[in-house]
Amino acid sequence: MSVIQLAGIERVFHLGDSVVHALTGLDVAIDAGEYVAIMGPSGSGKSTLLNLLGLLDRPDAGSYQLEGRDVTTLSPDEQAAVRSRRIGFVFQSFHLVPRLTAAENVGLPMMLAGIPAAERAQRVQQALKDFGLDQRADHRPDQLSGGQRQRVAIARATIMQPAVLLADEPTGNLDRATGDDVIHLLEELNQRGMTLIIVTHDPKIGTRAKRQLLMEDGELRHDSARAASPAAAT
Amino acid sequence: MRNADVLRFARDAAAGYPLRTSLSVLAMAIGVAAVVVLTSLGDGARRYVVEQFSALGSNLVIVLPGRSATGGFSPANALTTTPRDLTVDDAFALTRLPSARRVAPLAAGNSEINANGRLREVVVAGTASTYLDIRSFKMAQGHFLPEADWSRGAPVAVIGSKLQEEIFGNRPAVGELIRLGDRRLRIVGVLKSVGQGLGMNTDEVIFVPVGVAQSLFNTNTLFRVLIEARSRDEIEVVKREVAAMLKARHGGEEDITVITQDAVLATFDKLLRALTAAVAGIAAISLAVAGILVMNVMLVAVTQRTAEIGLLKALGARAATIRNAFMAEAAMLSLVGAITGYGLGLFGAFVLRQMYPVFPAYPPDWAVIAALATALGTGMLFGIMPARRAARLDPVQALMKH
Ligand SMILES: Nc1ncnc2c1ncn2[C@@H]1O[C@H](COP(=O)(O)OP(=O)(O)O)[C@@H](O)[C@H]1O
Ligand SMILES: [Mg+2]
Repeated sequence: MSVIQLAGIERVFHLGDSVVHALTGLDVAIDAGEYVAIMGPSGSGKSTLLNLLGLLDRPDAGSYQLEGRDVTTLSPDEQAAVRSRRIGFVFQSFHLVPRLTAAENVGLPMMLAGIPAAERAQRVQQALKDFGLDQRADHRPDQLSGGQRQRVAIARATIMQPAVLLADEPTGNLDRATGDDVIHLLEELNQRGMTLIIVTHDPKIGTRAKRQLLMEDGELRHDSARAASPAAAT
Repeated sequence: MRNADVLRFARDAAAGYPLRTSLSVLAMAIGVAAVVVLTSLGDGARRYVVEQFSALGSNLVIVLPGRSATGGFSPANALTTTPRDLTVDDAFALTRLPSARRVAPLAAGNSEINANGRLREVVVAGTASTYLDIRSFKMAQGHFLPEADWSRGAPVAVIGSKLQEEIFGNRPAVGELIRLGDRRLRIVGVLKSVGQGLGMNTDEVIFVPVGVAQSLFNTNTLFRVLIEARSRDEIEVVKREVAAMLKARHGGEEDITVITQDAVLATFDKLLRALTAAVAGIAAISLAVAGILVMNVMLVAVTQRTAEIGLLKALGARAATIRNAFMAEAAMLSLVGAITGYGLGLFGAFVLRQMYPVFPAYPPDWAVIAALATALGTGMLFGIMPARRAARLDPVQALMKH
């Protein structure tokens, strides 16, 4: 069954007089546990799509069903709750809070969700151990390497056990070897059942995914799961 | 998000930007300290005046010639003509009132003292032996004016401590012959220093029998009559009886004014309280300025931490949570500033008291409460706008700021 179902999604930006169709006529369904790479040239709408999937943005038209529930009509607070419990974000620039330690950064989503400190501490400790960060618990982001920072970010994104993990160019700020480590980590999480959606323009990473979505000018040009699509011929 | 977590988060955020934080804390602290110190000064002035008046002597009732209460305390008033004179006979008649323990006439004027080869202008107070106890003065040397018939005065004088110092220096003054105007008088006593009171510096006054003063100034009138009531409760009785007796003696005219220390005190008390409140109000402006600074600091914080706010939203923070976190931070800045300022203000008042020991510079409770409440209030009030701005940030836009 589809964890994500997009139908007729439109997203239009107005920049002064010009109108940018960041997403047009998008119909995609993603099943639970899938490993999807969203690819395409810069400006093709990949991040816009990911932000919509993560409920950070609303479509101008179309419907979005997450785990069988229409989430576009939810109130902002209800959307926040969905982001808190069902969605995990990994960003290109890590987005760690600089004044907080690795452990505090990992615990942040639980703190925002109002989980008691004792339970948080225990779960953070376990997560840091799982991600090989137990020696770094009290380090601040500026005391961590790029790879360690992204691992903290992934630990943070998964601490609430979300249904979907969204990663926007997660290796964009990392060297090749560290980037590969991070991809392996994400794939491991996918193997344990988490739906994984990665935005990348790195073909090497893209081809590792079970399914590729190719974006161009806000349209879905190619979906490897639908090989019969017209774009596949070109 | 739990309240304890909101507070911890806000505290860490404030601690994360020490310069910004200490600046707004300082502004708030200065505002509160200003209120505390200035109201300490104002209230100190009030207490000082109250204490000075209490030093006039207890249960004091003062009779002034003239109808209105605006006679004032200037010795110059002694020379102004009034509808009907207050005479020594009037004063003596008052000694018969059962509620009056002591009565002292007071004639006043300026003259020249010539003693020990020195010449200077002095205030002359013509009075009687009872004056010493009514005013609770103490003798440094010798004795006060002797008990005698008020209409005839012995050629004696008692001088204040400053006069003794200026004219005689270290030499004993008692027994010395002096010239006051065209009179030759013998000094029989020197008063202990008491300072200001009844509009004249007693330390610079020469006391002579009332009869001597009146013939010196060639007048029949008294400047004041001082009466000491038997008890505090009898002050009002004395007031009534004095008014009635003098009215009868003056042919039914109500041409004198009776004032009590309490009434004068109440006026000064009211005046200085109003002054203190006004000063507090002016100082409170600095609190409003501090509030605006807190607002700016919080606006900077929102701008600086835009990416963080976007992240918090991505991690599932509700708008209210973000608003609360920023409000808590503003409140903390104000609270710490207010407490620091309170401490600073108390220290300032302490320094004032060390520098001027006679000046009881303590901040009144209401000022402290008002200052702390205003500090917190303005901090929170000016924190609302930045906090709401933070809560309304678009998460996608916010996340792009890095
Ligand atoms: N907030 C915005 N306002 C205006 N235009 C935007 C905004 N966000 C994205 N766009 C435009 O939408 C298009 C798609 O952007 P984006 O999704 O970021 O592309 P990608 O991530 O594939 O590089 C681009 O043309 C971009 O300029
Ligand atoms: Mg992008």
